[in-house]
Amino acid sequence: MQPSPIGNELTMSSQIIFKFRLYVAGDAPNSAQAFANLTALCRVYLTNRHEIEIVDVFREPKRALIDGVFMTPTLFKLAPTPVQIIVGSLSQTQTVLHALNLEAVAL
Amino acid sequence: MKSVRSPTLKVATKAPTGIAGFDEITNGGLPHGRTTLLVGGPGSGKTVLSLQFLVYGAEECKESGIFVAFEENSKRLVVNAESFGWKLAELQRKKLFFMDIHPTPDIVQSGDFDLRGMLAALEVKSNETRTRRIVFDALDVILALLPDEAARRREIYRLHEWLLARELTGIITLKAGGEYINTRSEQPFSFLHFLVDCTVILNHSVTLGVSQRNMRVQKYRGSSFDEDELPFVIGQNGLEVAVAHTPSRVNVKVTNERISSGIERLDTMLGGGYYRGASVLITGFSGTAKTTLSGAFADAACQRGERTLFISFDSDGSEVIRNLASVGIRLERYVKNGCLSMISARTITGSAETFLARIKTLAKEHKARCLVIDPVSTWSKSGNALTARSVAERLIDWSKANGTTLVCTSLLDEMSSQSEGSSSLQISKIADTWIHLNYLLQAGERNRGLSIIKSRGTAHSNQVRELILSDSGVTLTDTYTAGGEVLMGALRWQKERADRVANEVNEVAAKLKRVRLDAEEAELEVRVKSLQTELLAKQVEKELLVRTTESLKGEISQGLTRMEELRGADATKPDRK
Repeated sequence: MQPSPIGNELTMSSQIIFKFRLYVAGDAPNSAQAFANLTALCRVYLTNRHEIEIVDVFREPKRALIDGVFMTPTLFKLAPTPVQIIVGSLSQTQTVLHALNLEAVAL
Repeated sequence: MKSVRSPTLKVATKAPTGIAGFDEITNGGLPHGRTTLLVGGPGSGKTVLSLQFLVYGAEECKESGIFVAFEENSKRLVVNAESFGWKLAELQRKKLFFMDIHPTPDIVQSGDFDLRGMLAALEVKSNETRTRRIVFDALDVILALLPDEAARRREIYRLHEWLLARELTGIITLKAGGEYINTRSEQPFSFLHFLVDCTVILNHSVTLGVSQRNMRVQKYRGSSFDEDELPFVIGQNGLEVAVAHTPSRVNVKVTNERISSGIERLDTMLGGGYYRGASVLITGFSGTAKTTLSGAFADAACQRGERTLFISFDSDGSEVIRNLASVGIRLERYVKNGCLSMISARTITGSAETFLARIKTLAKEHKARCLVIDPVSTWSKSGNALTARSVAERLIDWSKANGTTLVCTSLLDEMSSQSEGSSSLQISKIADTWIHLNYLLQAGERNRGLSIIKSRGTAHSNQVRELILSDSGVTLTDTYTAGGEVLMGALRWQKERADRVANEVNEVAAKLKRVRLDAEEAELEVRVKSLQTELLAKQVEKELLVRTTESLKGEISQGLTRMEELRGADATKPDRK
């Protein structure tokens, strides 16, 4: 996929780094799907300006408890603010882009 | 290892809920280590029941619990629970934990997800606190977020498996309107009903403006249970389920102790008074002095120093006191010294169940040994017609079990016939003593008549007595029966006066006769005396005569001898040969 010229311009103009934290439940299918969808999305829309942290709730359940993550997979967009939470396998790209305020880029 | 052989006997099979009545109908509580489904409409009491289950577990069973709140904020829950007197803040430190899992509105959902995160977090928490009880309140909220039926089903299975594997006693609550429950097709998450071991349905309906709560245990695997729909109330201490027959009834201590009814002659009629712990029903139309009679009982109880609770549905407590003072029953002093508690139940609104729950609480608070409810028939007012009777029965059962002497009055409908059986609550059947008050309309007067229709275990008078209210008190008077009719009031007075007059006449007549006889006697005595005198005179006369005759004879013979001597005649006499 080639990013559109407008997209390029926009990405050029805003060099903000997107910080993500994805809570997954081991290798559960929808968690794996979410990870795949997220990385694909980042590659297309946020090339070289994203960081993804993976938290496995089975390995770090206390963290899930403290962060209040009960549904897996859950994606936290920590930066730029405001923090945005998206639950699910991120299969509906449009919804995700809207939530991340990246719709303009997608157009 | 011997314990392996019969592990089922060692393991507790029931987890008690501490809900009055609920543990009875389920034979001990919820299935231990299994999952219970709690279904009900909004405001049906699901959350309260679940919380009560956890609180009881933490306080009484040393089982800590987790409350997973999908809908309500746990902070608000804690505040709300304080109103039931549960010290959640205290329990929260060690035994009771809340977990808020509300999907906030700004959460975006995209694609499929599962609850593994929740279970992983719960796993940590439950291991940390050794949780035995867990509640998932309003699971439907989170299930609704799942994209399809298959995903919902999958997550429910997951949750259920997780609970079973850890042998947690769980409650899952689901929202459902009453109409859902019976139509399987529309039933949300219907397969959950088949999955769980126990299902309890809570219902909240309004009948003629009166709120009625009911619960029903729909299924309970591996245990017998009461299958009927039973009314319950959310009282001051949480849920209370009305069980038709309290098991404690069996162990009622029966006593032969008699206590005064407050009216001396009524005690005599009853052969000594009411039995302690008996339930007494006083029926009658309005104005037949039912309240007065129950007031007299309260007065007597307070005089003995027994704590008494007087619940009036008709009028205010102070009104009752004032009215009773007019017939010489002075209750004010007992209210002042705390022996008597007057409660105006007009302020209590709600179903008959609510009344019962309130009365029980009030009686417990006051430690009442004697209880007066005036009148109990209020319960059968609109909307309560169906439940009132069983409530009245349970009231009697309850007071018996506690050894409380209960006096309740029941208003008979003006329109209903004179036959006493028309007491709408029909508590007359289970009451121990039944006193009926009636008006006798006669010769332009209404007079109050009192009769004892039944009194179990006591010899009692079969006569109708007249009840007289006066400044100095309440008394019973014998009635006059004349020509098969009972005389009361002025007629009785007339009859009494007539009898008095007749008595006087008789007395005077007797006196007169006596005087006359006295006179005759005296006269005769006089006559006897004069006759005796006469007799004496005759005797004297007779004696005199005899003596005169004899001396005369002597004179004559002497005279002859002398003459012979004088004549010188022969000594021989021709007469004395």
